[in-house]
Amino acid sequence: MSDVKLPLYGEMADPTPKISVRGLDFFYGDHQALFSNDIDIAPNRVTAVIGPSGCGKSTHLRVYNRIFELYREQRVKGAVLLNGENIFAPTVKLLDLRRRVGMIFQKPTPFPMSVFENVAYGIRLHYAVSKSELDGRVEEALKGAALWEEVRDLLNRPGTALSGGQQQRLCIARAIAVEPEVLLMDEPTSAIDPIATAKIEELVEGLKGKYTIVIVTHNMQQAARISDFTAFFFKGYIIEFGATKQIFTNPHNKKTEEYITGRFG
Amino acid sequence: MKKADNARRRETLDIAMRVVSGAASLIGIFFLGWILWTVARQGLAAFNIDFFTELPAPPGVEGGGLANAIAGTAIITLLATLMGVPLGLFTGVYLSEFGKSTRFGGMVRFTMNITMGVPSIIVGLFVYTLLVLPFKHFSAYAGAVALAIIMLPVVARTTEDMLNLVPNALRESALAIGMPRWRMIIAILFRAARSGLLTGILLAVARVSGETAPLLFTAMSSPYWMKGLAEPTANLTVTIFNYAMSPFDDWKQLAWGASLFIMATVLGVNILARTLLRERTK
Ligand SMILES: Nc1ncnc2c1ncn2[C@@H]1O[C@H](COP(=O)(O)OP(=O)(O)OP(=O)(O)O)[C@@H](O)[C@H]1O
Ligand SMILES: [Mg+2]
Repeated sequence: MSDVKLPLYGEMADPTPKISVRGLDFFYGDHQALFSNDIDIAPNRVTAVIGPSGCGKSTHLRVYNRIFELYREQRVKGAVLLNGENIFAPTVKLLDLRRRVGMIFQKPTPFPMSVFENVAYGIRLHYAVSKSELDGRVEEALKGAALWEEVRDLLNRPGTALSGGQQQRLCIARAIAVEPEVLLMDEPTSAIDPIATAKIEELVEGLKGKYTIVIVTHNMQQAARISDFTAFFFKGYIIEFGATKQIFTNPHNKKTEEYITGRFG
Repeated sequence: MKKADNARRRETLDIAMRVVSGAASLIGIFFLGWILWTVARQGLAAFNIDFFTELPAPPGVEGGGLANAIAGTAIITLLATLMGVPLGLFTGVYLSEFGKSTRFGGMVRFTMNITMGVPSIIVGLFVYTLLVLPFKHFSAYAGAVALAIIMLPVVARTTEDMLNLVPNALRESALAIGMPRWRMIIAILFRAARSGLLTGILLAVARVSGETAPLLFTAMSSPYWMKGLAEPTANLTVTIFNYAMSPFDDWKQLAWGASLFIMATVLGVNILARTLLRERTK
């Protein structure tokens, strides 16, 4: 499988990738979950990551912000370049990397504090701002996450008191409040209802002008609707990567075709 | 035929089991009720204004109270809390956040479990040789250290358990906005687990406020108001021990009063802790 030649996205769009992954291996202890992944993520585009359960989509995504380092037994080999700089270089400041590469999780995870504080916390963490500036930035982030109109009068309520879909948008607001360049989303709509899902899809559409988005999804229609590029993962390998249109209309690989037509997964 | 026999036998055993376990529970409740009733009845008779405001009277003199012992117990327990709680809290943090699967973490956890099982009189004896003998006097701080040692493992283990209940997704989402780990622990984890942590602390306080043996060798007792932390200090539990064994009826009465006072306080703290815990699971 490893000898499949990947077309890197550069052949089809802006030639300077936001993120370049080269020869990425990943290990959970002795268990290898990713095998020599190579991929280029286009700036200000949506890249969808699809593939059957357990194929390593989340694992791959969790390397980009080095969040896996929380767990002692997890290790990587290979390089991930953000704007051409290896994120594992000793000069890279981990906390700043995570500010630049935000992450939205499958289940909404509001902090145990008010709606306002959920967004303000990260701003205060990274920027010295006055109170009025802070208010402005919180409002801006909530507007960016299409949540402001719904919560403008509930800013002092606990974040957990919002609905599931609202909580997920609060998490998006929290992520964009610190002015990231990349947003990683790991099945952000799998735990919320269809209407809330539609809202988030619409939001992603709007966000991509400003941010580079990588989104893991199990929903083929969603991938086809919102993404520009699609990567198909299988058993830890990136089997196929290309323009979403091409992947969904004319997949080169037989496994990809089987998966998107729903024959397995 | 044989089958029917077996069925009957099983049924009889079921009933026997139920009767035995029910009876055992009843006996337990009976003694507990008896203790509560006795302490309440005898203790209430000792309660009056003097009990809370006066020093103990010398033998043979009417009246007197246990104000110094109440203050002493409060101060020793407070000092013990100030020492034992932060230590326990951070030990718990280490166990759940840093040393989860490390060798040292396992060692700490094991030690905490052992310490929790050490009889408190041994803790008292240990502090006696450490802080009383070398200085040649009993002291409030020695008593507080003994109680803090008893609190430490209780707080550490509940802290570990409560932090383990916080989902990893919350840790990750805090780190994912670029929060340093120490800040994630204090601002996010402590807040998410706050009622559980508070419950653990309250239960530890309740636990040590009834300890006698560790104070016997450390704080000892005193008929006077305390003037500093470096002197023998009156406290409720040792007072109960001394007064209950005395030949004087009014001292015995005071011992009952002190017992009721401790019991009511511990009960109050327990109720508070349980209310907090219920709020958490809601
Ligand atoms: N914490 C872990 N420890 C050990 N192995 C793990 C761990 N997390 C994931 N794995 C393994 O790594 C492989 C990839 O898992 P991963 O979660 O990345 O898959 P996924 O594509 O995101 O799946 P899903 O679609 O179900 O979310 C799987 O074989 C999984 O069993
Ligand atoms: Mg996953």
